[in-house]
Amino acid sequence: MRKNGVKMIKIKAKDVDVFYGKKQALYNIGLDIEENQVTALIGPSGCGKSTFLRCLNRMNDVIDICRVKGEILINDFNINDKSCDVVRLREKIGMVFQKPNPFPKTVYENISYGPTIHGMAQSKQEMDEIVETSLKKAALWEEVKDRLHEPGTGLSGGQQQRLCIARAISVRPEVILMDEPCSALDPIATAQIEELIDELKKEHTIIIVTHSMAQAARVSQNTGFFHLGHLIEHGSTDKIFKNPDNTKTQDYITGRFG
Amino acid sequence: MNLILFTFIVLLGFTSYYFGRRKAYTIQSTKKRLTALPQFYGYYLAIWCAIPAFIIFSLWAIFEPTIVKLLVLSDYSNQGYLDDELNLIYEKTKSLSRGQFTGEITPFIEASAEKYLSLRSIAQSSKAVIVLSIIIASVAYAYKRISSNSRTREPVEKFLNAVLFTASLAAILTTVGIVFSLIFQTIDFFKVIPLFDFVFGTHWYPAKAFVRDSSEALDPTMYSDTFGAVPIFAGTFFIALIAMCVAIPIGLMSGIYLAEYASSKVRQYAKPLIEILAGIPTVVYGFFAALTVGPFLKELGTSMGLEVSAESALAAGGVMGIMIIPFISSLSDDVITSVPQSLRDGSYAMGATKSETIKRVIFPAALPGIVGSILLGVSRAIGETMIVVMASGLAANLTFNPLESTSTITAQIVVILIGDQAFGDPKTQAAFALGMSLFLVTLCLNIVALRVVKKYREKYE
Repeated sequence: MRKNGVKMIKIKAKDVDVFYGKKQALYNIGLDIEENQVTALIGPSGCGKSTFLRCLNRMNDVIDICRVKGEILINDFNINDKSCDVVRLREKIGMVFQKPNPFPKTVYENISYGPTIHGMAQSKQEMDEIVETSLKKAALWEEVKDRLHEPGTGLSGGQQQRLCIARAISVRPEVILMDEPCSALDPIATAQIEELIDELKKEHTIIIVTHSMAQAARVSQNTGFFHLGHLIEHGSTDKIFKNPDNTKTQDYITGRFG
Repeated sequence: MNLILFTFIVLLGFTSYYFGRRKAYTIQSTKKRLTALPQFYGYYLAIWCAIPAFIIFSLWAIFEPTIVKLLVLSDYSNQGYLDDELNLIYEKTKSLSRGQFTGEITPFIEASAEKYLSLRSIAQSSKAVIVLSIIIASVAYAYKRISSNSRTREPVEKFLNAVLFTASLAAILTTVGIVFSLIFQTIDFFKVIPLFDFVFGTHWYPAKAFVRDSSEALDPTMYSDTFGAVPIFAGTFFIALIAMCVAIPIGLMSGIYLAEYASSKVRQYAKPLIEILAGIPTVVYGFFAALTVGPFLKELGTSMGLEVSAESALAAGGVMGIMIIPFISSLSDDVITSVPQSLRDGSYAMGATKSETIKRVIFPAALPGIVGSILLGVSRAIGETMIVVMASGLAANLTFNPLESTSTITAQIVVILIGDQAFGDPKTQAAFALGMSLFLVTLCLNIVALRVVKKYREKYE
């Protein structure tokens, strides 16, 4: 999204290093994420793209041995600062995981979970509205409106993943992180999710980690290529796929390694 | 003698294993492909050694005593002895042959004892000869039969299958046997004591039944108001309730702490330490309750102006609760740990705190398993004996005051069966009736617990 021709930067990562115990997983990552755009992170397995994604909502805090250094500015506020409240941060930065992970609760309760813990609805009616809008935005409403009170785990894989997306957007986050959201889905469900991503970027900034180069090319406007913990190259998806500066990027995209 | 023979057969088994394997290697060295790994050939021969040995040993064990007895007593036939007298003579003969006979030794019995001894030694040596020759014959037959394409793997696998099946069958048959012994005695009991009096009677005083002179005939009216089980059922559930009031909160919270909050280092030490509680013999808990907790509660109560019995339901129940903590803690820790990490991640990513995640996602997901662990704890509490016998008294008071003494089913069974007892006496049979009801209660609890746990298992598949 450009305002007056200037790119609006939502997230700015500076000199980010990540360590798992003594092993360094990310080296000196610097990356700007544009607002209301889809940014794809690509690279071979173990290159650190998911680790970087998990830095953005501090999910790495959950892992005991993980340490993160450097600055990550979201709306010009450093989330690695001690004053950052992780609960507020994660309210603003939603996340969708590789494997659909709906809670073993009803469809309705899955969506109302976030709004409840953040106290976003004052009445049952308000909550109903949030649930309906979230499901509609996740293109799932038509399929589940008659089974809102059945277990979310009973849905199909693709529906479960859209339920997780609906759950993520229920708290109206500014950014949505997606960690290979389609890797456990069939091509039809994948197409539905990709369509959804395109729709969601109107209101949210999206960062998606993906193994599928084709998917990155289809859904993203910007792409970053990771290799062995380094951010090799980043820029507009067009440029990265058609005319990369780095030969490693070229090799990876043309399928010579990875 | 038997031991030597047995060792010899085992050695023979190893030898045949060795020979079987060697033959397989020999076949292999002629560039022929074997149908199974060489050890299967070895096992195959060892089985050919083990099965005949087992069959002959069991046949011998069944028939030898009968045949020897027949032969020994054949000297006394046609002399007009009754069966009972013959049995007595035979018993005398046997104990004389062991040198343990203390009565008057008649020449007849001495002759029989000698005959008995010689028959036994003949039987022993013929057993050794027969077993060894049959084993050698069967192993030799099998050894000849095996060739490069003979099937050895299937018989070996089938044999293993049969052995494992027998083991589980033994466990099941034992259970069935115990249940049947309970059932018959219980039925006898209820022939004398009406079921209604047992289930709804409020007065339990089995000692009364023991006062009667054994020469008197059974008089059912005398047992009225003696075997009313209500007080001890009430006591059982009351003490179990006190125990669970201690065990559930502490066990559950320590389980949650271990699973969710404790660092891996703390967990590594804390979990075994808690599980040590489960390894303490219940009799130790018993005297802890009777000698430490009971008097302490009494003093504490007296200082507050309460009347506390030295043997109180509270002391027994409280200590029993401590005993059950590790079961609930350890099981619920396992259940909580097995909730997939992806659910935790999902909740954290929504901005939930740790306690919110536990309360709203993990606990509901783990609830069936936790309920299962609690039910298992309850069935332990109901079946627990030692603590109650030592700390809660033996008088079956119908009371719900935790400071008074009361008694449980298990403790009453102990009371009934300690000391002299006569079989066929309603007092003794009462123990079986109690055992049966206890069994039914814990059985139901276990079935419910297993069902709940099973339901939980299906959840994430």
